[in-house]
Amino acid sequence: MKLILSSGDITASDLRRVGGKALALAALAGAGFRVPAFLCLTADAYRAFVDGSGLRERILLELHRKDFKEMRWEEIWDCATRIRNLFLRKPWPASLEAVLRRELQERFGERPVVIRSSAPEEDAAGSSFAGLHESYVNVRGTPAVLEHIRKVWASLWSDAALLYRQELGLDAGRSAMAVVVQELAEGDVSGVCFSQSPTEPSQAVVEGVYGLNQALVDGDVQPDRWILDRDFGRILAHAPAPRTRKLTAAGQGIEFAELPDDLRGRAPLGAEEVLAVYEIALRAERHFGRPQDLEWTLCGGSLHLLQSRPVTAQAQAPEGDRRAWYLSLHRSFESLKELRRKIEGEQIPAMIRTADALAGIDLGQLSDGELAAEIRRRWEINHHWANVYWADFIPFAHGIRLFGQVYNDQLKPDDPYEFVNLLTRTEMASLERNRLLAALADQVRENRDLADCLEAGDCLEKAPEFRQAMERFIERFGDLSCSVTGGTQCEGAARPLARILLAMASRPTNAAGGARPVPAAALAQRFLDSFPESRRSEAGELLDLARASYRLRDDDNIHLGRIESHLTAAAAEGRRRLGLAGTADPGRGELQAALEGLDFGSRHPAAATASASLEDGVRPRQLIGQPAGPGLARGPARVVCRHADLEEFAWGEVLVCDAVDPNMTFVVPLSAAVVERRGGMLIHGAIIAREYGIPCVTGVPEAATLIRTGDLLTVDGYLGIVTVGAGEL
Amino acid sequence: MQAAGDIRPLLRDLLNRQRLAALATHRDGQPYANLVAFAASDDLRFLYFVTPRSTRKFGNLQGDCRVALLVSSSRNQETDFHEAAALTVLGSAAEITGPEKEAAAKRYIEKHPYLEDFVQAPTCAFVKVQVRTCILVKNFQQVMELDLAP
Repeated sequence: MKLILSSGDITASDLRRVGGKALALAALAGAGFRVPAFLCLTADAYRAFVDGSGLRERILLELHRKDFKEMRWEEIWDCATRIRNLFLRKPWPASLEAVLRRELQERFGERPVVIRSSAPEEDAAGSSFAGLHESYVNVRGTPAVLEHIRKVWASLWSDAALLYRQELGLDAGRSAMAVVVQELAEGDVSGVCFSQSPTEPSQAVVEGVYGLNQALVDGDVQPDRWILDRDFGRILAHAPAPRTRKLTAAGQGIEFAELPDDLRGRAPLGAEEVLAVYEIALRAERHFGRPQDLEWTLCGGSLHLLQSRPVTAQAQAPEGDRRAWYLSLHRSFESLKELRRKIEGEQIPAMIRTADALAGIDLGQLSDGELAAEIRRRWEINHHWANVYWADFIPFAHGIRLFGQVYNDQLKPDDPYEFVNLLTRTEMASLERNRLLAALADQVRENRDLADCLEAGDCLEKAPEFRQAMERFIERFGDLSCSVTGGTQCEGAARPLARILLAMASRPTNAAGGARPVPAAALAQRFLDSFPESRRSEAGELLDLARASYRLRDDDNIHLGRIESHLTAAAAEGRRRLGLAGTADPGRGELQAALEGLDFGSRHPAAATASASLEDGVRPRQLIGQPAGPGLARGPARVVCRHADLEEFAWGEVLVCDAVDPNMTFVVPLSAAVVERRGGMLIHGAIIAREYGIPCVTGVPEAATLIRTGDLLTVDGYLGIVTVGAGEL
Repeated sequence: MQAAGDIRPLLRDLLNRQRLAALATHRDGQPYANLVAFAASDDLRFLYFVTPRSTRKFGNLQGDCRVALLVSSSRNQETDFHEAAALTVLGSAAEITGPEKEAAAKRYIEKHPYLEDFVQAPTCAFVKVQVRTCILVKNFQQVMELDLAP
């Protein structure tokens, strides 16, 4: 077992131990190319860590809670977050640490280094893992280097890496990671070079930026770009970039700096330098026998190679391959800030204006033909916003994840979801709605007459003011039952609301509701204090972004739910008219056609139906999901598949459903616990359950099918276990 | 994807692959566990094992015929925690003889040819367990039950 290899010790037979990146660097150095000095921690070192710390089976247990193919991306992200935290917190096996500490200290001392992944699977799979695993630039001192090596190892288990391996059919259980620790060559100018363009074989491409290369690779700084003719080695074209800033080494890490005016107007490379970069790339191509994709830096006038790998063609992704979309969810801090401006400044206000305008239309006054046109118009509006939801709102949720990762890296908490405490208690539309609902329930609790009229359904005559308050609530938040079924089973009446108010009023005020003390201020301060003074404002900005992201996660559905409810209201009016006998309005046929063409879009998963997939005599005893809200509770199950189920919801029941929609979270304060088929720590059910301090387990396969209303459930929100029945044999 | 509710194929597979089960009996409230070589009927309703009549387990069964058996695919490896399945069978045991024994013994010997002498020995009892409930654990903590009470 070789834990560490120097550049000169690496031979081609070490590929499975050191990975393609380290092997290529060693080959370049051996052939006389200028490469910053490096060491390679082999895959054996990785194995020594996971075996010595007991992590190997711990990781596999995380990944085998359920069939990987059944996991949603969010659940995979949750797994990755828990695994990453294990890597950050596990103590080093003593013998391994002693060896690494000695070698790293002797070799690098306090000099700054770059720490990069070198995955042996990359070459075995014949596909590029570029950008999949993490790299750290400008790390100083052995303790910090050791710390960052763990982070690179952990990136073997990132959600993106797991998804890639799944797509490629690689066995995650056999994965291992080598790590390159390399002296930092902080160039004035850096870039990449394709000795042969991936898209045009007769050409080569050179890209360059001022400062460190990481900004170019991450897409945060746009590079100047040169196209060269491979046959004649001539520059064919130069596309200048808007040059405003550069990435530099600072303290422990990197930061952006403004470019001075004189550099903004000057390309980072002159023609001779472009040709020199290309010349080196050609030499590398000749050395390896195939076109190369190089990273380089120009440091005090001399050109250093940072890495070299074969050029891989950008094959068209097959249909249904969602890898690119998954990766697009990982946005940088910069792009998330831009997205926030767009969502908060333009999209949400426009949604509110749209819903208000729709509310102002009296459907009863429209002719059948006008109503048909209105239904179609509302469908278009709804469709537009559903698209915005996928394209912008869902990716914006990555703000929460980015923050979570930074928080965990900084503080290494026991609970990898401690960071959520800093995000809760933010103002969310559904919480406001739930407060109004609680206020209505308070009135019913205090006034027996109101309860009587709700029971009898005659509040309109007996308590008109209260009835108006209910109407206002419905106008503002829509029929509480609609969204559960994707708008297909709305009743458009106050009956569901009446049922819920009666259930809420039958119990004392829920003291837990919205009043759980969370030491958010103290946690936030601890988070900010963990950064050096110079980075504290950036950390504050990230926290603010995460809070906006968390808030939107809920609010977007409320706003979209409002727009959707106006579509369903128009559809309900249309259906009502079609049901009337003996009318001869010529628009009736048009109305029929408009309603038949209606499709309620894809925001909602298909409503679960009580299927008969449970064989005779088979019953669940214990089901596994993801722990999404800590706590332990027991109560009878209420399986909610359609709005009628929601009406029946009684205080103290366990809400079991396919997916909690923010529009149905008003029953959460009534429930003892929440169990959901859809998985993830940051889905709406989990968010609201945590807000109310209610145990929650998500990602339970077939939850709404295997569990029956009335089953006694014990919900362990610490471990993600749902036990059915009392255990009698 | 196999539905979680469809556990019979898994049970059949586990019972056919595994040779040994831990058998639990008791005497005067004192629990007792030992290993038995077993075979299962295709419909999962019966398990069979052979035991000398002089054993503690056979003596215990004379006092109380209720039993539990544990069958597991664990290999005493760390990976068992995510890979292994375990099945607890609850039922009642009784010795069988005559044609019923002959039919079941044929199946038993196919699975355990090295135990033929035990099956034929007059000192041994051929025991049938009527299965009432199967409790299957997989994915470390996922538990499904199958009720087979006649």
